[in-house]
Amino acid sequence: MKLQKALVIGASVLCFGATAHAGETFDAVKKKGFVQCGVHTGLPGFGIANSKGEWEGIDVDLCKAVAAAVFGDSTKYKTTPVTTQQRFTALQSGEVDVLTRNTTATLTRDTTLGLMSTGINYYDSQGIMVKKELGITSAKELDTATVCVQPGTTTELNLADWFRANGLKFTPVVINSPDEAMRSYEGGRCDAFTTDKSGLATVRTTLPNPDDHVILPEDFSKEPLGPMVRQGDDEWFMVVRWALNAMLEAEEYGITSQNVDEMVKSDNPNIQRILGASGEMGKGMGIDNKWAYNIIKQVGNYGESFERNIGMSSPMKLERGLNAQWKDGGLMYGWPIR
Amino acid sequence: MTRKTESVPAPTRRRLSWNDPATRALLYQVIVVGLVGFVVWYLVSNTLHNLAVRNISTGFGFLGREAGFAIGESPVAYTPADTYGRAVWVGLLNTLRVSIIGIILATLLGTLIGIARLSKNWLVSGVASVYVEVMRNIPLLLQLFFWYAIITESMPGPRQALEPLPGVFISNRGLLMPSLQGDAIDWILGGLGVAIVLVLLVAHWARKRQAATGQIFPLGSVSIALLLALPLAGWMASGAELNVDVPVLKGFNFAGGIALSPEFTALLAGLVIYTSAFIAEVVRSGIQAVGQGQWEAANALGLPRARALRLVILPQALRVIIPPMTSQYLNLTKNSSLAVAIGYPDIVSVVNTTLNQTGQAIEGILIIMAAYLTVSLSISIFMNWYNKRIALVER
Repeated sequence: MKLQKALVIGASVLCFGATAHAGETFDAVKKKGFVQCGVHTGLPGFGIANSKGEWEGIDVDLCKAVAAAVFGDSTKYKTTPVTTQQRFTALQSGEVDVLTRNTTATLTRDTTLGLMSTGINYYDSQGIMVKKELGITSAKELDTATVCVQPGTTTELNLADWFRANGLKFTPVVINSPDEAMRSYEGGRCDAFTTDKSGLATVRTTLPNPDDHVILPEDFSKEPLGPMVRQGDDEWFMVVRWALNAMLEAEEYGITSQNVDEMVKSDNPNIQRILGASGEMGKGMGIDNKWAYNIIKQVGNYGESFERNIGMSSPMKLERGLNAQWKDGGLMYGWPIR
Repeated sequence: MTRKTESVPAPTRRRLSWNDPATRALLYQVIVVGLVGFVVWYLVSNTLHNLAVRNISTGFGFLGREAGFAIGESPVAYTPADTYGRAVWVGLLNTLRVSIIGIILATLLGTLIGIARLSKNWLVSGVASVYVEVMRNIPLLLQLFFWYAIITESMPGPRQALEPLPGVFISNRGLLMPSLQGDAIDWILGGLGVAIVLVLLVAHWARKRQAATGQIFPLGSVSIALLLALPLAGWMASGAELNVDVPVLKGFNFAGGIALSPEFTALLAGLVIYTSAFIAEVVRSGIQAVGQGQWEAANALGLPRARALRLVILPQALRVIIPPMTSQYLNLTKNSSLAVAIGYPDIVSVVNTTLNQTGQAIEGILIIMAAYLTVSLSISIFMNWYNKRIALVER
């Protein structure tokens, strides 16, 4: 079989010629004039349709940032909502250009799917939520419980691993749509519901009595969430990675969407380089030199995006925690733009 | 003047020339087969090439890797430490379980309703008509959601479970019943198997005897006696021990006993009710296809309506019923793939999770296609054999 496959691949390579895919997505995106992003079907704060039917959330903001970097216009994007079971196939097949869908970066995903993670826009961990009336304070008391979980996720795997490692038993109820899973949990079909802690906090706000539910303290796993792109296109990879970095750097240097026009005239050489007032940072990536300026002006820096979607001024009320800037004790550490 | 027609001798050697129709036919077939083969080769090699360039792994080696995810219910033992291959096998068993039970129940219910629709009783036929029209026209997915919602939301939690009979619990975790443990199960199942084989042999012998001598054999009562007595004998032979495992509420759930989960029940209810409406119409059309003369002849022989139906009409109606019935069985089997919407771990749900975790979408879809093709072809082959057996041999 290996020899046959090698012969077939050799023959087809001779037939079709050497196909270098460097820049394929980047060129295609530039040609069609907009970025196609894969987003969540409906997770408040990360990717959900608002009352006008437009998608918003910190993942959608990242999509807008990529559009602003490439085209100078953050409205040049289209969203494709994908479920956990479709998301990787949608990216692999070319249906979307980038997957901004709070996807955990893992080794298997980076190496066997033909995809790559470009960076982390939210550091999370997996947790479990139960009803307060059960009087449980620790996940170790959940032996023989029934847990609602979504299929095809690291959540499902971590759940099995954690229970196995602690010698406890559980029964999964695997439901495709997060709304149905929540309804089953609320209706009592499951004793507990598990997903990333940010997801638990946000869906809890949609329940009729949010205070009747408690998120248990255990961290089942690390969940570094970030965007993913296809392998084989380094230019596109760079653009997506540095778009996120621009938002982090801007927050570190205090550049916001409100003061960015004054900041352009700043004397600080770092700020000048970020905003394109000096240097040719955009040229190496094949985009406009004002790429970061466009991102910050039209989308905002990381802190603004966080606050507006999931921070204290939003209904989710998530604290920065691990996602604070490194100077504030968090893990967000932008790479220097120079 | 008589003319003698001379018989033209058949050509003894095939001429390899363009004028010979046989040669032309052969050439066309070679060309078509070559084209089809080329298209298949091109598609496969192109796909493999694209997958390799994109760095997506190919091959079925992933079936030997550890699965890592748990499956809600399984007829055989399965833990997250087992391989993907075993997980796929569990999914297939779940699909077969719901399909086979669904086919049997849908046939029974559908036949009853089909016959009810032909009843002379206005109320009975009216209710049957309403049932058929309503159940046929509501999409199956909605019916599944409906049954699932009813079962999970109207049933109490495990701590307030209903206990209609000692040891039987009904809650939103499912219907739990006490089960027999130990060797007794194997002996009883063995006895049941032997009883079924004996019943088939006796039925065959009784049919032969009736054809030869006209004597009717009380097959019904004898079959029931055999089906009850032989498993009982098996149980006696195994030591007559009653090792019953009663479900007991431990922590969050019941431990012990066997359970019918709400997902399985909702899927079964939805599939059976939906498909039985179609089967009712198939049965009704089969019965109505039998000529009116047969009814009158049976009446003239003094057969009451029920026996006329069973002995005269239904055997003839079966010929019209079997082919569309095969389609309905195949529909039921394929519709069971909607299980993923309500959380029942059938093969589509398990392979979907697998292809998501491993990234190998093409291999996963091929596995699902192969599974459904195998199951569907088996059902078709069996039904076609049965159809041939009962077909009227016309001279």
